[in-house]
Amino acid sequence: MAGAASWSFEERDFQRIERLLQTFLYESHTRCALLVDRTGQLVATVGEQPDFDSTAFASLAAADFSANDQLASMIGEKEFSSLFHQGERESMYLADVAKRVILVVLFDNRTTLGMVRVKVKGVVKELSEIFRDMFDRYASASRPALETAFVDEAEDEIDRLFGDL
Amino acid sequence: MSMINYASREINCKIVYYGPGLCGKTTNLEYIYEKVAPNTRGKLISLATETERTLFFDFLPVDLGSIRGFKTRFHLYTVPGQVYYNASRKLILKGVDGVVFVADSQVERLDANIESMHNLYDNLSEYGLDLREIPFVIQYNKRDLPNISSLQELEGQLNPGKVPYFEAVGPRGIGVFDTLKAVSKAVIKSLS
Repeated sequence: MAGAASWSFEERDFQRIERLLQTFLYESHTRCALLVDRTGQLVATVGEQPDFDSTAFASLAAADFSANDQLASMIGEKEFSSLFHQGERESMYLADVAKRVILVVLFDNRTTLGMVRVKVKGVVKELSEIFRDMFDRYASASRPALETAFVDEAEDEIDRLFGDL
Repeated sequence: MSMINYASREINCKIVYYGPGLCGKTTNLEYIYEKVAPNTRGKLISLATETERTLFFDFLPVDLGSIRGFKTRFHLYTVPGQVYYNASRKLILKGVDGVVFVADSQVERLDANIESMHNLYDNLSEYGLDLREIPFVIQYNKRDLPNISSLQELEGQLNPGKVPYFEAVGPRGIGVFDTLKAVSKAVIKSLS
């Protein structure tokens, strides 16, 4: 699988997802939804912008979810399709989307776990359809690649940043 | 595998530092963290035991800045080197774009290096990846110690594919950025 990127996330994809998640946040009284891909990259954030380091958060959320997947298989389960972490004030609910992306929902005591669980179930179904469409689209098209000028500029920047260290 | 995010105009690439226990993977990341300008890097996250052995991974994002309108970032990860943490190692390799194998040059660690290299091949193959086809460099670390294998021996045992290699002394930073430069350029090239 060497070569160009395996998929890309486009503006029109983001707009569909943003609309869906805005409605979800409103109906579930939750604060923020993040989509993180299974490799630990942040794909999108909708709702209140978090005041933490979202890059680090995404890598930890993906690792958390992957570790729990392995735990599931060890006890004979195919997967844990969702995870819940409860804090004193802030809590988070993580759910699998189409086996490629994780939906992370941040919420506080303005809502309840039951409400979040019910609403997540619905939105995950819709998100899964969108992501499956997206992946099918990239599976049938040639994979997204960057132009040569990008590579040249990036190489110069690598030399500039790491050159004299 | 990297994802091009046209919505947020971002490209993130995942580079994993692999190698046997105590070979200096975390030290590489710590040195990078210390030396790069603070505005080009994020937090260094270390999931380690109380004795500072890596339990799950270390993570350091490094920003290249905006390249032709895309915020370009490398996500550097280490894996836990100890043999019994293989399940965790495998998870970290998911979606990897480039690999650095950090070898411990000490004579008595030669077998551990070989075992770790085999383990890397095996774990990548479970994701359908072949080390010969992805950006890959080797770093021979601890070159300042007295009881080290010759470069020729290390090359013979660990580098049949003749990928780029670098001699290093992690804590003093020797070879650390040469290694990072080589792997990050190879990763960027692979995206075109």
